[in-house]
Amino acid sequence: MLVARRLGKRFGEKRVLRGIDLDLATGGFLVVTGPNGSGKTTLLRICAGLAQPTEGTIERAVSRGAIGYLGHEPLVYRELTALENLELYGRLYRIAERRERIGMLLERFGLWEVRHERVASYSRGMTQRLALCRVLLHDPELLVLDEPYNALDEAGAELLDAQLAELRGERTFLLATHEPARLAPFASGRLALAA
Amino acid sequence: MRYFRDVGALARKDLLLELRARDTLPAMVLFVAAVFVVFHFALPESPSRLETVGLLWVAILFTALLGLGRAFVPEREQRTLDGLVLAPCDRSAIWLAKSLATLAFLAAAEVVALPLYAIFFHRVGGATIAAVVLADIGICAVGTFLGAMAVATRARDLLLPLLFLPLAIPIVVGAVGASVVDSPGRYLGFLALYDALFAVVCWASFEYVVAE
Repeated sequence: MLVARRLGKRFGEKRVLRGIDLDLATGGFLVVTGPNGSGKTTLLRICAGLAQPTEGTIERAVSRGAIGYLGHEPLVYRELTALENLELYGRLYRIAERRERIGMLLERFGLWEVRHERVASYSRGMTQRLALCRVLLHDPELLVLDEPYNALDEAGAELLDAQLAELRGERTFLLATHEPARLAPFASGRLALAA
Repeated sequence: MRYFRDVGALARKDLLLELRARDTLPAMVLFVAAVFVVFHFALPESPSRLETVGLLWVAILFTALLGLGRAFVPEREQRTLDGLVLAPCDRSAIWLAKSLATLAFLAAAEVVALPLYAIFFHRVGGATIAAVVLADIGICAVGTFLGAMAVATRARDLLLPLLFLPLAIPIVVGAVGASVVDSPGRYLGFLALYDALFAVVCWASFEYVVAE
């Protein structure tokens, strides 16, 4: 699914990634760990196709529309409601039976009751739940998740655990986390980045 | 057909955001009204038509700049451009939708601006209205493209006018010309050509603007 060789990234004089080799087979679950500033987010952005490496090569056996990306920001509009945000992405991803899929995800992540409220009124945890709905909306083949447990309370984290357990093996995962122990039951491999 | 559905969904989103936040259109309307009021008192009594037409176009251009500067603010503040760029639609749909939304805001501001101009200075003829329509298309096509470029930089507030104003000079030449001559056909044709040329260039190259 993903093969990277000697991957590197510079921002001007600052080098944030150097010589990363990565093999992620279809159905794999790779956990990326490392201290702050080690380049986890940059690596994930490159793998999702949101950034270009300055050194090395990366091959993706998946189209842009089959990637689900969760970054540090939820990538939703604060002035729109949860329903409007998911409707927008649902249209852009051309999801068949969009309404049913949106309803199912909002129910699953406990946002159905607040679906008509603007995201600006949500707590950080609720916004993260909505971001997870957005990521899962088009049933992506490759899920690139950067700190997915961020801001989630225990109930939210358990919902995410259940989702990961359900999709484990059927979908391919690339996750960055500071809590590798939580993901240990799912992980098929681990990539530790140095500072 | 799918392409236009994507454009429709994205443009609808931009209009909805403005309807909720109201941080672009009111600023544009207030600005253009303030410019006319100030110049009404600043200019000598009975200014010539040529002088006031120039003023009209300066006001329209800077009002547009105000809207263009805010066009990508939601995408910048909430980093939602990443989400849009990853979607499997043609990336130029983002540019076209944003241009259409900005065009709608500019047209709404001009619905106030043109009658005000007529009240304070001179009546607005059919050629001027045709020039406004054609100029708006060029302004929004080029300005939205440059706005997307500028939003990725730290000096975005400075960069947009620096890039946009030189490229808008042909629009001002064509629009002022169409507003003051007796046979404006040549100037209107020039504006239409500018619109077509820059719309194609912006449409074809937007993909590279949003790719990091």
